[in-house]
Amino acid sequence: MSNTNPLLDVSGLTKHFPIKGGFPIRRTVGAVQAVDGLDFQVNEGESLGLVGESGCGKSTTGRLITRLLEPTAGTVRYRGQDITHASRRELAPVRSEIQMIFQDPYASLNPRQTVGKIISGPMEINDINPAGGREKRVRELLEIVGLNPEHYNRFPHEFSGGQRQRIGVARALALEPKLIVADEPVSALDVSIQAQVVNLLQKVQQELGIAFVFIAHDLAIVRHFSQRVAVMYLGRIVEIADREDLYGNPRHPYTRALLSAVPEATVDEDAPARERIRLVGDVPSPINPPTGCRFRTRCWKATEKCATEAPPLVQAEGNKPGHLTACHYPETADPIPAPRLAKNTEAAA
Amino acid sequence: MTPPTPSAAAPLEVTDESVEKPIASGSPKGGESRSPGRLAWKRFKRDRTGVISAYVVIFFFVVAIAAPLIAKLYGKDPYTTYASQDPSLLDAFSYPAGPNGGMSSQFWFGVEPQLGRDVFTFLLYGIRTSLGIAVAATILTVVAGVVVGVTAGYLGGKTDYLVGRVIDILLSFPSTLFFIAFMPVVYGIFVAPDDNIPTWLRATALIVVLSTFGWASIARLLRGQVLGLREREFVEAAKVTGAPPMRIVFKELLPNLWTPIIIQSTLLLPALVTTEAGLSFLSVGIIDPTPDWGVMIARGAQFYSQDITFMLFPGISMVLFVVAFNLLGDSVRDALDPKSKR
Repeated sequence: MSNTNPLLDVSGLTKHFPIKGGFPIRRTVGAVQAVDGLDFQVNEGESLGLVGESGCGKSTTGRLITRLLEPTAGTVRYRGQDITHASRRELAPVRSEIQMIFQDPYASLNPRQTVGKIISGPMEINDINPAGGREKRVRELLEIVGLNPEHYNRFPHEFSGGQRQRIGVARALALEPKLIVADEPVSALDVSIQAQVVNLLQKVQQELGIAFVFIAHDLAIVRHFSQRVAVMYLGRIVEIADREDLYGNPRHPYTRALLSAVPEATVDEDAPARERIRLVGDVPSPINPPTGCRFRTRCWKATEKCATEAPPLVQAEGNKPGHLTACHYPETADPIPAPRLAKNTEAAA
Repeated sequence: MTPPTPSAAAPLEVTDESVEKPIASGSPKGGESRSPGRLAWKRFKRDRTGVISAYVVIFFFVVAIAAPLIAKLYGKDPYTTYASQDPSLLDAFSYPAGPNGGMSSQFWFGVEPQLGRDVFTFLLYGIRTSLGIAVAATILTVVAGVVVGVTAGYLGGKTDYLVGRVIDILLSFPSTLFFIAFMPVVYGIFVAPDDNIPTWLRATALIVVLSTFGWASIARLLRGQVLGLREREFVEAAKVTGAPPMRIVFKELLPNLWTPIIIQSTLLLPALVTTEAGLSFLSVGIIDPTPDWGVMIARGAQFYSQDITFMLFPGISMVLFVVAFNLLGDSVRDALDPKSKR
């Protein structure tokens, strides 16, 4: 994993959305700190999962990488090339290598274009002429994503959600990208279709060797799909690790709480009751995030230090290399101490 | 076509079959597509009111375009004062001598009081002038509205703010009053005060003034539509693939704007026909002797207590046209945008 040359290298990535207000002269009165100093790398052919609850900046991160949004600070490097503030023309050669799959299959396809036009559009824009013509290539792509090539002349409204998402995948594949940012690609689909689309993406990833930034809030799907997982909380990465490490040995309290919240499908009477951490309170507003560690307002371990000092994302004691945690008091595998539950019952009462 | 790679596609094919079946049974021919446009056309054809209105509207346009041809076959023109050739057409008070405004096999719609022109050809040419001006004004209005609205919506920011205020100002003008006040000003720019104003200038000035005050509402509507579309994911998808702004506007946004554009145009045209006639009635637009719907109604208003027939033809034909076109506009809207409630 410690390749010298990562495919995508993000450091200090920050996006603040200004809040305008005041009359008659509108000025910036504050900022939504959607993403605040992200550092991560994606290696070639690797899938990085990005998880976190709603509003933690996952989608913003995806849009910053694909340059749909302009980063406020930090750098995004693709194969060593700084693309943070590249103009459309400068981006052109990289564009075809970084593609995106969107969340809502009903909004991501132009209702006035045929499937053929939607999928061949990217090739047209980038002036790519595959052998045998674009139409042949589109039919191949439809084949790859498991659709009937005969659907070439159909319109998006004639397809179901899952099929539409497959068209979205085919469009992303049309440029033979090296990196795909998948922004919650399955959360708008129902569960049976989710599995199909995830399997399709996995097939694509493995057979074509495409790296993925897989944004999701479903931990099970990320576990299934991603080799490495980053957990985000309120615009920051709190923990990043290999899949087995993260799910088996979570070190950040938030990761632990998140994992404990996953519902269990099997009810086994004999099994010991699984520990369940219920977080108290709401996610603080990203307009005015807490000082120091952003999770401290809901953390059962928070001390003075957490309020004054933001914990750096480092390899905590006893971690494998590559397992980084941003916490002053990383969790251990020990069973949960009593005070944590006490705080819980207090709130419930 | 290339055969599928069986090893990879096979498991997915199986899981997909259940999803694809309903579509396959819906339209047996695999390659056939039901484009949104074709679906709208199918809905429109089912709407009887719309189809009948469309025929009426088409009839008016055919009459307007073919007016010189019809006049030639009919053997008269709208400018000749037939009463001076044949004084027996009018009575001692200069009203048509025959019954019903002088309707006869020779003069189908009768004779005009006082000057004795032929009503039928005068009406044909009047429709021609009025529709010509209204169509030109509609096209100009819609083009200006689309360009300004889409630009403001797509660029946003300061441009949008500025355009928004201009639209606010234009919409707050009492437009009819301004037409009446501005027309002499426009003429004054081009023609010396004592000269005769050529008809082409009157027509052009009408078109320009009507569109100047008309584009604002369309621009505002389209700006809103573009603001909504701009954030849609398919636009972002196009951006991710590196599409230049022009392509996004023309290939991604504009095809989705045809519905409001067509609806607005079909509702705008009859409104402009009546406005144009109104201005000509007030003699700020086209004036006698150029045949025009408004001019004809103005003439008719002078004699209607003695000779109602002359007023009847331009009046009824205009009501018929405007009602039919408005109904057509409603039907077009229902066909293109079936979710909208009346």
